Amino acid sequence: MIKDFAGIPKDEFEFVGEIEEKSEALTRPSISFWKDVWRRLFKNKVAMTGLIIILAIALFSIIIPELSSYSYSQQNLRNINAAPSSEHWFGTDSLGRDLWVRTWVGARVSLAVGIFGSIIPSIIGIVIGGISGYFGGKVDMIIMRLIDIIICIPQMIYIILIMLVIGSGPVPLIIAFAITGWMGSARNVRGLILKIKQEEFVLASRILGAPHGYIIFKHLVPNTLGIVVVSMTLGVPAAIFQEAYLSFIGLGIKPPIPSWGQLANLGTSVFRIFPTQLLIPAIMISLTMLSFNLFGDGLRDALDPKLRS
Amino acid sequence: MISLLTLWLLATITFFLLRLLPGNPFQTDQILTFEMQERMMNYYGLNRPIVEQYFTCMGNLLQGNMGYSLKYTNRTVNSIIAKAFPVSADLGLRSLALALPIGLFLGIASARKRGKAVDYLCVIISVIGVSIPSFILGSFLQYIFALKLRILPMAQWTTEMHKVLPTVAIALGLLATLTRIMRASMLEVTTQDYVKTAKSKGLSEGKIVWSHEIRNALIPILTMMGPMVASVLMGTFVIEKIFAIPGLGLHFVNSITGLDYTMTMGLTVFFGAFLVTANFLVDIAYGIVDPRIRLAK
Repeated sequence: MIKDFAGIPKDEFEFVGEIEEKSEALTRPSISFWKDVWRRLFKNKVAMTGLIIILAIALFSIIIPELSSYSYSQQNLRNINAAPSSEHWFGTDSLGRDLWVRTWVGARVSLAVGIFGSIIPSIIGIVIGGISGYFGGKVDMIIMRLIDIIICIPQMIYIILIMLVIGSGPVPLIIAFAITGWMGSARNVRGLILKIKQEEFVLASRILGAPHGYIIFKHLVPNTLGIVVVSMTLGVPAAIFQEAYLSFIGLGIKPPIPSWGQLANLGTSVFRIFPTQLLIPAIMISLTMLSFNLFGDGLRDALDPKLRS
Repeated sequence: MISLLTLWLLATITFFLLRLLPGNPFQTDQILTFEMQERMMNYYGLNRPIVEQYFTCMGNLLQGNMGYSLKYTNRTVNSIIAKAFPVSADLGLRSLALALPIGLFLGIASARKRGKAVDYLCVIISVIGVSIPSFILGSFLQYIFALKLRILPMAQWTTEMHKVLPTVAIALGLLATLTRIMRASMLEVTTQDYVKTAKSKGLSEGKIVWSHEIRNALIPILTMMGPMVASVLMGTFVIEKIFAIPGLGLHFVNSITGLDYTMTMGLTVFFGAFLVTANFLVDIAYGIVDPRIRLAK
């Protein structure tokens, strides 16, 4: 085997033997990709603050309406527009409803609409973009041209029209988001899939005879997951904003069910006299959007290979 | 070609969605008897078969005729748009003119001083700006400047002073988005090879930033301009409501809730055409800023 290397005769070489444990030993513990992401995310104080605030708001929205002695629709016309007090922590609105409970019930609605209104369109986008990118050719051409056309249509106009047709409420809102919001993520996923499809490990898998489903779910999906998760996270504040916007112009969530946009809408009608009624939902909307934005940014930094040291 | 298809699809979807809505345009208005409602429906041709209505509507749209409003007696949709659009455009352009230079400047400053206090300040401004919805900001600006300090008028759209608050309310969100994108894009550009080349051939810092970095960093901003025009439009909807500004957004929201078919249709097509044109102009601007991208392949 060993030839005459650079003029050194063969018998000058000496076999030092092999130590099996040493060659197999790991110098440092292996870290999976997601563990690594999590570790970097954990170090990012701003993103963690965002996450903690999100979790706290979610927890509060679950617990507080259950514990409180008031319900979100219970009116007390003797005690309207009350200032915050020990009895009503956030005061009462123009119908004497307790705003502390309404704020947290509103949090349930707004968070649910925000989270599902971001995840569901993304999933639709992943499926369509995935099919388009993976199979390519005519399928890809048709889907992409369709998206080119649909994406030019102003989204909010369609959400408003769809809401009018299928009624208002949290579920119709999510349906409207799902119908109108999948194009962006479909485009993204398609681009990613086109790139990953060319990689050697996919080729190797195909040579070994892996079926389409296996390649899609074992290779392509996990590799796009990071970017998709980031766009989902950053989609949540956008959906919360849209919900608030629609409820604010009186089209999203209809009374008596509260949502933050709804509360802000009711608050604006009296805010010249009782500014806290607008201030509270406004702070909640902004704080939640801020937390999701910060967390999403942190997540993106943690996932971005360029920033890896 | 694609633009025209988009507009056609937009008009078609709008047409059928509107006809799916329960009720008719004359129910909500005044107290009209059933016979009077029927007569009105006949007068406007709303009782004819839906396919026939569709073709009449499309034919008229092709000629730029959007018909009469069903709510404002004797006013065509065209005349309403002609009156309201300059107001909305004024508001939108003012906010863009305010947000664009400041946003770009903050983005560049932030990227140049990465990791320093200036950077953190810009990042904080941009994250907060993105997280506060314009309608909430608008309400608070009213509260602080009109109600408490009494230095600016509360609402309406008459003098220059009236235009300050709504403009600021829309501009802040825009400014924040612009800062974010410009910062990210500047950071991306600074690591490119051509910047290294420019540095190694001894170009001055100013020249590198100006003619290599900024010019290339502007491309993502251009991509954003299409959606940004859309978001300015949507922003004006609700800001127009808060500040009682007689623009298109106000008419749009009212026409939808009032089932004013022709008005909704006209405004939707108008918005659509506006956005499609904006996107088209962006595509052309690409070629000017970046010779690598030309429209014709």
